[in-house]
Amino acid sequence: MKRAVAGLFSLLMLSNCARAPLGYLDGAGPAARSIASLGWGLLGISVAVCLITGALLVFSIFRRRSQTDGLGGGDDRSALRWIGVGLSITTVLLLASAVWTLWTVRGLSDTSRAAAVTIDVTGQQWWWEVRYRSDTPSREFSTANDLVIPAGVPVQLNLRSRDVVHSFWVPKLAGKMDMIPGQTNRIRIEADRPGIYRGQCSEFCGMQHAQMAFFVIALAPADFQTWWNHQLEPARSDPDAAAQQTFMEHCAACHAIRGLSAGGILGPNLSHFGSRRTIAAGILPNDSRNIALWLRDSQGVKPGSKMPELHLAANEVDTLTAYLEGLK
Amino acid sequence: MADVHLSETSLPVGGQEQISTRWWGMMCLIATEGILFVYLIFAYAYLGSQSPGTWPPTGPPSLLLSAPDTLVLLASSFLLGWGVRKGVSKARLQLALAGTFILGAIFLVVQGFEWAAKPFMLKTNAYSAIYFTLTGFHMAHVVAGLLMLLVLLGWSVSGRLNYHPECAALGALYWHFIDVVWLAVFTAIYLVPRFS
Amino acid sequence: MTIEAVQGLPANERRRLFDIWETAPGLYGWLATVDHKKIGIRYLCTAFFFLIVGGVEALTMRIQLAQPGLKLLSPEAYNQLFSMHGVTMIFLYALPMLSGFSNYLWPLLLGSRDMAFPRLNALSYWVYLFAGIFLYISFPLGQAPNGGWFNYVPNTELQYDPGINIDIYSLGLIFLGISTVVGSANFVVTLLRCRAPGMSVNRLPILVWGTLTASVANLLAVPAVSLACFLLWMDRRYYTHFYAISGGGQPLLWQHLFWVFGHPWVYALVLPGMGIVSDALPVFCRRPLVGYTLVAISTVSTMILGFGVWVHHMFATGLPIVALSFFSAASFVIAIPSAIAVFAWIATIWTGRPQFKTPFLFFAGFVLLFVIGGVSGFMTASVALDWQLTDTYFIVAHLHYVLLGINVFPVVGGIHFWFPKITGRMMDERLGKWTFWTMFVGFNLAFFPMHLIGLMGMPRRVYTYSAELGVGGYNLLISFGAFLFAAGILLLLINIIRSRTEGAVAGPNPWDAPTLEWSVSSPPPPYNFAVIPVIASRHPLWEDRLDETPDRSTIHRGLVLDEGKETVGITVLDAEPDVILKMPADSLLPLLAALGMMVIFSGMLFINYWVMAAGALWTGLVLLVWLAPRDHASTERPTVYG
Repeated sequence: MKRAVAGLFSLLMLSNCARAPLGYLDGAGPAARSIASLGWGLLGISVAVCLITGALLVFSIFRRRSQTDGLGGGDDRSALRWIGVGLSITTVLLLASAVWTLWTVRGLSDTSRAAAVTIDVTGQQWWWEVRYRSDTPSREFSTANDLVIPAGVPVQLNLRSRDVVHSFWVPKLAGKMDMIPGQTNRIRIEADRPGIYRGQCSEFCGMQHAQMAFFVIALAPADFQTWWNHQLEPARSDPDAAAQQTFMEHCAACHAIRGLSAGGILGPNLSHFGSRRTIAAGILPNDSRNIALWLRDSQGVKPGSKMPELHLAANEVDTLTAYLEGLK
Repeated sequence: MADVHLSETSLPVGGQEQISTRWWGMMCLIATEGILFVYLIFAYAYLGSQSPGTWPPTGPPSLLLSAPDTLVLLASSFLLGWGVRKGVSKARLQLALAGTFILGAIFLVVQGFEWAAKPFMLKTNAYSAIYFTLTGFHMAHVVAGLLMLLVLLGWSVSGRLNYHPECAALGALYWHFIDVVWLAVFTAIYLVPRFS
Repeated sequence: MTIEAVQGLPANERRRLFDIWETAPGLYGWLATVDHKKIGIRYLCTAFFFLIVGGVEALTMRIQLAQPGLKLLSPEAYNQLFSMHGVTMIFLYALPMLSGFSNYLWPLLLGSRDMAFPRLNALSYWVYLFAGIFLYISFPLGQAPNGGWFNYVPNTELQYDPGINIDIYSLGLIFLGISTVVGSANFVVTLLRCRAPGMSVNRLPILVWGTLTASVANLLAVPAVSLACFLLWMDRRYYTHFYAISGGGQPLLWQHLFWVFGHPWVYALVLPGMGIVSDALPVFCRRPLVGYTLVAISTVSTMILGFGVWVHHMFATGLPIVALSFFSAASFVIAIPSAIAVFAWIATIWTGRPQFKTPFLFFAGFVLLFVIGGVSGFMTASVALDWQLTDTYFIVAHLHYVLLGINVFPVVGGIHFWFPKITGRMMDERLGKWTFWTMFVGFNLAFFPMHLIGLMGMPRRVYTYSAELGVGGYNLLISFGAFLFAAGILLLLINIIRSRTEGAVAGPNPWDAPTLEWSVSSPPPPYNFAVIPVIASRHPLWEDRLDETPDRSTIHRGLVLDEGKETVGITVLDAEPDVILKMPADSLLPLLAALGMMVIFSGMLFINYWVMAAGALWTGLVLLVWLAPRDHASTERPTVYG
């Protein structure tokens, strides 16, 4: 009976995992897999403890007793044995769990394999600044919100914050690491194979903490190199094009695009914006309808976000939408 | 039969020292205020351990005023202890209370000069913040102690303490407490930076 | 209790005691009472009120979260609600509720006439009330605290949170902390010195052990959060750099100070509740608690260990692995004393004969909820696993299983158990069973699925979530469960209100329970005990039937102490009488002192030094009058009756 319930529970969990992009009982990278097996183990122990103790409780309440009216429960020594047995089993389980935990931690701290790439991720209210580092400074570049990594190799992330405490979390690949202003925290993530993995800020950081998401896109190493080279290409600069003029007028104060003289650093870097999966820090799919919505009514989509109401004319919205979409 | 024996022999009313409940109440006050200073010193040490530059940024604070000031405070504790012993005359108690008040006031005034001479202000940096707050909390406790000494002096003069000598002893406990706290604060702020 | 040769104190002498101890009538008496029973009832009622308020905040949030992407609440409104829900439940409900029970019961359990410091007792209530008002003034101003109950910096620094929300939070918590510390000191000194002769430390009820442990812990833990709040207020209003990184401030300093307080605090919220169960469950099992000494030791050791685990709230902050490993190991170890308690309770039920009365249901249900909350805590103790679990709904599940399971359920069971003693009437048994099942089913429907959505990665402290997370269905179920649980609380409220006037009249001991409070009338007379009992065992009223030793407690033979308001003080360990303690008359001084403090804190909120000074002067004068020693005889010869 107990096993059936435990089995049902696990089935429930596993069936949910497939539809849970932020779930972590199924890892897609070595760190997450290591934590996931620890998680299943401790979950199993927990469920067993609950079922057994629950059964003991129920039996102790409903078991048959001889009918007497007096007080007292008889031999206290046998009653105390309950505590002794329970305590011993508990201690053994705790000890085993502690050892397993420390073993997992040791494995997660292993830095023997060299990181293939180093990326600085800086959290700020309420988006993610991403800067790719390189031994060759001219190959470094900035982007935002989408984190593209090579699959099958460790990636080193340097996590910082520009304002309040945020937390970087992509559950299918690794555990959380806070981003604390004034210090740099380091974490390694690795995806087993190419894929898309969802992430979310995991420390309450103000008004729009709920809508500060991101995606990690793992590419095969060769594709990753191609992507990197493409990112280095500047956008076509045409000072007379109406779209570019509109952009410079309304957006360049906060946003930068590689190749343009727009150098704003207050908002996300919009280079190659058109090829991103999502906008506004992972909360809307990147298509023309959503770009227009965001330009028209950022405060409606994400109240309190630092993107102000721009009060654009309808044709300006259309121009900018087309322009941004074209930044592939 | 119970194992405790009741009899109709006289019991003290209110009691002194550990027999009274007031003594235990003062111990609770000392425990909770004492741990507050532990947390303040922890904050000082934590800010220091995490600071990128030297700590203190302006170098170890001078002992020129603070060391003699510490002796003044220590002396005041000895004076007060002398004045609240069992069975002393009212005159001795009042002399000790007045003398301790004066020494305590001197301590505060000297600290005030130290504060004025600092090359930083409260909002300059983390060190200045914790320096003024830590010493400031102590000074506030000294001020409370001075008020307490005045009140005890007044009660002694007006005769209220005739049947309650334990009040002065409780007050002395508090005064010794803030003295011991000062030794900890002094060590943390003035001595430790010179040895590390 | 033995049929004694002597009867109780004669009626005219009891009348004399009544006149000495009864609170003055009218408004003056209401404002000036120092009777621990009246103060205890006030704590219970005020805390229950805040439970309802915090519950309404929760239900509002649950409507917003019932489906993904709802826009019933703005993010600012939601953030204020979830912050105040936490502050209300953790500070204004959980501890004060337990303080209410302890305040009412301790002197009755311990065989004393009042707490050690009755006026201080009144002060701790008034300060609690005023601090609660202080915090809640923020709502009508639209400026309720909005940084979470944990209030992390720099998010709550002036730069990111202008407005007075966080000033109200910081100053409000410092204000409330005064009540907690003062109340804790009162419990500690009362326990150490104000017991009946013969009530040695190994005969104390576990509720007393639980509250004592919590009180010592509070004395040592509350200053940490008061300091943290004070430093934050300084950063915000005096531009210091304790936490602000420009100038060398450290955001993690807040987290350390807060959690050094926060972790012991959560044990203070549950250990007295566990004590309620350890004392009352055995009554419905018709046998003493199994393993009393072990349970007492486990209570104290849990609290001591509780001071050594605070970093487990900071596992993801990037601290050195060695430190994290230590705190992870300590967090596993702390489960060991809890296991002792769980098996003691189960053994008590197994070897006893359960009576299916309403209190028993709550206590039995509590054991299951304790275990579930405990194992989810065990999972988070693992630092590596916590890197996934922290900040998800798994933690929300855990904290509610431990806080509702180990505080609310014992409290509600305790309400049903002690209601007859407090009011003289029984609660309705049928309605009580309906209350239990509604609460139990509602609670599990609301909070069990949170484990699942937490494992599916739903983050916490979010005003909305994406449909892509796949947690919409569970959230709807959770919201339904929350309303069902609330219905259970409503049934409880109906039962309390109706039973006060329509409940069956209760005698002194309707449950045939063993401890001292059941030896006096229901409700007790203002003087508690006509003669101070002399204690010979843990179960004074069961001694004859248990016959564990030949010793017998005496209820009607002991010190009379009627030269004014008096009770006896005893030695700490063996409880030998060593002093007669004079208790104060009704006094307005506590209320006046609390008002003065309210003025001080209001002055601080608006940085008005005149107001602060006026409040300080007022409070100082009140304290001067309060502490002035009064003349009395230095010794007294007490009468022993019987």
